Amino acid sequence: MPDKILPSRYSGRRRNNAVATGLAFAATAFGLGWLVLILGALLWKGFSGLSVAVFTQMTPPPGSSGGLLNPIIGSLILTVLAVLIGTPIGVLAGTYMAEYGRYDRLTSVVRFINDILLSAPSIVIGLFIYEVMVAPMGHFSGWAGGVALAVLVIPVVVRTTEDMLTLVPNALREAATSIGLPRSLSITRICYRAARAGMMTGVLLAVARISGETAPLLFTSLNNQFWSNNLNAPISSLPVVIFQFALSPYKDWQSLAWTGALIITLAVLALSITARALVPSEKQS
Amino acid sequence: MVDVALSGQVAMPAEALIRIKALGRLRLGDAVFRHLTRAAAVGVLLLLSGVIISLIDGSIPAFKTFGFGFLISERWNPVTDNFGALPAIYGTVVTSFIAMLIAVPVGLMIAFFLTELCPQWLRRPIGIAIELLAGIPSIIYGIWGLFIFAPFLQATLQPFLINTLGNVPGIGTLFAGPPYGIGIMTSGLILAIMVLPFVTSITRDVFEAVPGVLKEAAYGLGCTTWEVVRNVVLPYARVGVIGGIMLGLGRALGETMAVTFVIGNAHRISASVLAPGTTISATIANEFNEAVGDLYTSALIALGLILFVITFIVLAAARYMLMRIERRIG
Repeated sequence: MPDKILPSRYSGRRRNNAVATGLAFAATAFGLGWLVLILGALLWKGFSGLSVAVFTQMTPPPGSSGGLLNPIIGSLILTVLAVLIGTPIGVLAGTYMAEYGRYDRLTSVVRFINDILLSAPSIVIGLFIYEVMVAPMGHFSGWAGGVALAVLVIPVVVRTTEDMLTLVPNALREAATSIGLPRSLSITRICYRAARAGMMTGVLLAVARISGETAPLLFTSLNNQFWSNNLNAPISSLPVVIFQFALSPYKDWQSLAWTGALIITLAVLALSITARALVPSEKQS
Repeated sequence: MVDVALSGQVAMPAEALIRIKALGRLRLGDAVFRHLTRAAAVGVLLLLSGVIISLIDGSIPAFKTFGFGFLISERWNPVTDNFGALPAIYGTVVTSFIAMLIAVPVGLMIAFFLTELCPQWLRRPIGIAIELLAGIPSIIYGIWGLFIFAPFLQATLQPFLINTLGNVPGIGTLFAGPPYGIGIMTSGLILAIMVLPFVTSITRDVFEAVPGVLKEAAYGLGCTTWEVVRNVVLPYARVGVIGGIMLGLGRALGETMAVTFVIGNAHRISASVLAPGTTISATIANEFNEAVGDLYTSALIALGLILFVITFIVLAAARYMLMRIERRIG
């Protein structure tokens, strides 16, 4: 009797296995397919509009030609501002968590809160900065946009700084202490150097994250049709211009939006690939 | 320690004085640095409390005017200053649900592929490619969704659903009405693509953390690859997988720009998933700058507060579960 049942059972199990394996292959192809489709569409729609004029001319009024110079510069200014504000705070907080208070209760609370900030909806951060900066100042400004982006930079930098400093072997700290270095110097001169590549990765990842962020800029730095590097006034940024131009009924604006989208995506992908290349593969997982 | 080191140097008082001063400076620098780092760490906590306090403060006028009814009212009329959050909450929940319905099984199968089936040399490239999906800014998904994906759905999938499932009694109402292209379903599908990398990478990490001995034991008993994953890997990694799913859900709930492009921004609750709707984040992004009057602004900030509370709960649960599995592995 068992001789008759077993073969059919085996083939059933084999069939299930084949189906599941096939589905796994299909799912992977499905996931990778979207990446190809989106990048393909971006290249197809955005590449034709790519020219020198895009980088040298201002955003045009509807119906005439122009470029994306002021939003590109605006985005660069906002990003630099956000990194300048966010990185020191993030690095210091990460330092406390990895060096001074590694086993503190404060550290575990901060780590938990930081992880939540890391994935908090960015539009809520925009509302927060609107409430604390734009409303009291009475006008939209580049400062507010930079601070809103800095709030997004901080959790990324805190996380990577803590992780990377934790990987620094204790023997290095002990050696530093044994030659009489005070704690602060052993951290800044020894541990930071040992963890430098990883910490740089954190900053690059943060830049990659904020350079495409639109939602927090909508009600902080707003937009500016003209050339402006005044941080006290509304300032133009690439994502907000893409948002505005893509939803407009004008063909010129829509095609500029696609070109802008291509520029942002290439920049972001280049940044995240560089960031990955900086970290040796065994630390990655 | 310092005093002991100094006592050996009594012979040269001038030099000792300099050393004491230098050591004093170092000690001061040490204390300053230590307190700076501590202040920065506390600052992160203050940041989150600042967000909560400012949102509560901004939404007081709305909650005072509408009370608890704000959460269950379906009206949204800026002209008569009458606001209710229900359509936006409904849209947020339904789009995220559609997203997870697709992203979870696909993400799990990709993790299965990456950990068990994929040849070693292909693992990193494929893993990175999937994670690049997470790196693409959400506004890119938005512009792509509006100009390419939505027209495509309008011409193909949506008429197909209307003609087939739309005629089935019961679930037919879900697929009723004309194919708009934009709407709840399109938003859900785009969100699915966006959260797929989050679900995949965390699931892959917890799958990889399953002890090899367990899997080898199951293979030794004659299990097929699928049976090993289904009966050994998945139960072992369950908590971590749920954590990863919740993390993806947190993303989907708060996602703004991609949804704003393709949701249609209609403040109503429709039974059909093909109809336009709105989400909390899309409403804020679309209307905040045009909001005139304190009550309108306050209603939008109150929506932001609701969104923040929902995502906070989901993300906190996710982190708690991931922490539990880390502790078990670590």
